[in-house]
Amino acid sequence: MSRIPDSLPATVAQQATVARKRPRRNPYLFFLLRRIGQALIVIFVVTVVVFALLQMLPGGPARGVLGVQATAEQIAQFNREQGYDRPVWEQYVLFLGRLLSGDLGQSFLLNMSVTDAITQRLPKTLLLTGLSLVIALLIAVPVGIFQAVRRNRGADYTLSTLAIVAYSTPSFFLGMLLIMIFSQNLGILPANAPQGETIAAVLAEPQRLILPVLTGAIPLVANFSRYMRSSALDNLSEDYIRTARSKGTPFRLVLSRHLLRNSLTPVVAMLGYQLPVMFGGALVIEQLFNYPGMGLLFWSAAQSSDFPVLLGCVLVISIATVVGSLLADIIQSVLDPRTRGGIA
Amino acid sequence: MSFMKRFSQNRLAVIGLAILVIAVLFVAIGPLVYPTDQVRTVLESADLRPGVEGHPLGTDSLGYDVLGRLMVGGRTSLLVGILAGILATVIGTLWGAIAGYVGGIVDAVMMRIVDAGIAIPAIFLLLVLSSIVQPSEWIMILVIGFVSWLVPARLVRAESLSVKTRDYVVAARAMGGSHTRIVVQHIVPNTIGTVVVNATFQVADAILLVAYVSFLGMGLQPPATDWGAMLSDGLGLVYQNAWWLILPPGVAIVLVVCALNFVGDGLRDVFDVKGKTA
Repeated sequence: MSRIPDSLPATVAQQATVARKRPRRNPYLFFLLRRIGQALIVIFVVTVVVFALLQMLPGGPARGVLGVQATAEQIAQFNREQGYDRPVWEQYVLFLGRLLSGDLGQSFLLNMSVTDAITQRLPKTLLLTGLSLVIALLIAVPVGIFQAVRRNRGADYTLSTLAIVAYSTPSFFLGMLLIMIFSQNLGILPANAPQGETIAAVLAEPQRLILPVLTGAIPLVANFSRYMRSSALDNLSEDYIRTARSKGTPFRLVLSRHLLRNSLTPVVAMLGYQLPVMFGGALVIEQLFNYPGMGLLFWSAAQSSDFPVLLGCVLVISIATVVGSLLADIIQSVLDPRTRGGIA
Repeated sequence: MSFMKRFSQNRLAVIGLAILVIAVLFVAIGPLVYPTDQVRTVLESADLRPGVEGHPLGTDSLGYDVLGRLMVGGRTSLLVGILAGILATVIGTLWGAIAGYVGGIVDAVMMRIVDAGIAIPAIFLLLVLSSIVQPSEWIMILVIGFVSWLVPARLVRAESLSVKTRDYVVAARAMGGSHTRIVVQHIVPNTIGTVVVNATFQVADAILLVAYVSFLGMGLQPPATDWGAMLSDGLGLVYQNAWWLILPPGVAIVLVVCALNFVGDGLRDVFDVKGKTA
């Protein structure tokens, strides 16, 4: 190796960081605008991906949307009406325009618009995932704090190992185990989810919700308890905990007043990023327990190659995820102003 | 030697490694020691309970021997999972290393693509793709690899941002080293800890993804099978209490994925890598 020169010209990146240090009028507003701008760009990329998938459909978009039985005239008419006979960039602009007006296309198999199909099913999926989420948090938050307080002892190791086992268990296998135990052998819980049309009808059969909600909640408990444990560990070594303890505050109160509030913040932020996991879980759980939500809609669409429904669901779920993580970041920045610069 | 010593101090990691070795031997050597016909269905000997007529784990509703099927199916699960996990790691490492090294607008564009990829749940994308193309083993490897490279890309980018400011990179630039040379010779090797640890978790996740896709009926066509498809076949028989169709493939998935996670944790201690996204 030859000699390294004493000083080198600053790289472009270094110059940029120097330039960035200029004070801004309102850094928080800048953070918000920047973060929202990023989310919009990501949504734009998602629409490009979905549009590319549409173009990849066997026989082109028209054949994919209308199905294999479509005649040449129907395809020509569809291409003319939807603008698929124009240049690709023009097709994309038309596609984007339809999305903006809430038009996700028509499912010829369900004989209804994709938007209607999704709005009919989405509330049920939100109910299922929402219940799983609440139950998971109620279990995982105390467990994580307990593990942090008892760190590196037997109970902490056991719970961490259990969390890895739970994370490694595919939720369909977990659901099948629960069905075998609770409906087949013990006969105490039904294995079929409520079939009611409305949310009220679904909630009227709470015993039918127990197994699906549990199947959704267990993997989330595994994830959240790990975040909660590491977040609580970070906070336990902070000065304010020592101050509170040295003032003579009972340890229980230190935990509930100080530690809980402060270590929940990063976990809240993680919620937004857990949305894909939750939607993926719903897909399997709804199919397993025959629960008529968006997951089951997507699964049946995959079985019957109903591409308008498939792509519509992908778009809705992806945009929900982007908005979810945006909201999580904003909530976190309100709760903890230190995080306001920390996004790449 | 200290590498082995530190790894062997983590008991779970050693157990995990042992499970992985046994699993690979089971699927690779198993069918040679215990040959079964996994192509032709034998309906006369369908739905046998474990232990009957020389079938240690019984047979399924098409008459396939479950133990033999576990070996053949495991081959697909492990092969697809391992290769897809490695493919994802390679793509993600290069993507992240380039984004972090080049920086600026290129970095911003590359990372927004990663954000968009993370926003589209992999399992949904996989189902759409497998209804467009008929999946074979190689297509599953490619598709799963191409939908799961995002997490390593983020991790490696973060590492490469810090590596590129080190003196040796600056020196290599000053001596006229090309950008390609710096990414390949300096950035990637210096993120190797993160990459190896993450590769273990990637393989674990890929094995889970294969199982999900097959369970949802969008995997390989029968008589080819894998552990997820075996569970899907057993689903209809849950109500007949046919536990021997469900527990073996399910437990096999959990054991292998757990083992990979344990080994990953052990490797993380060895390489002293911080943070994990499981």
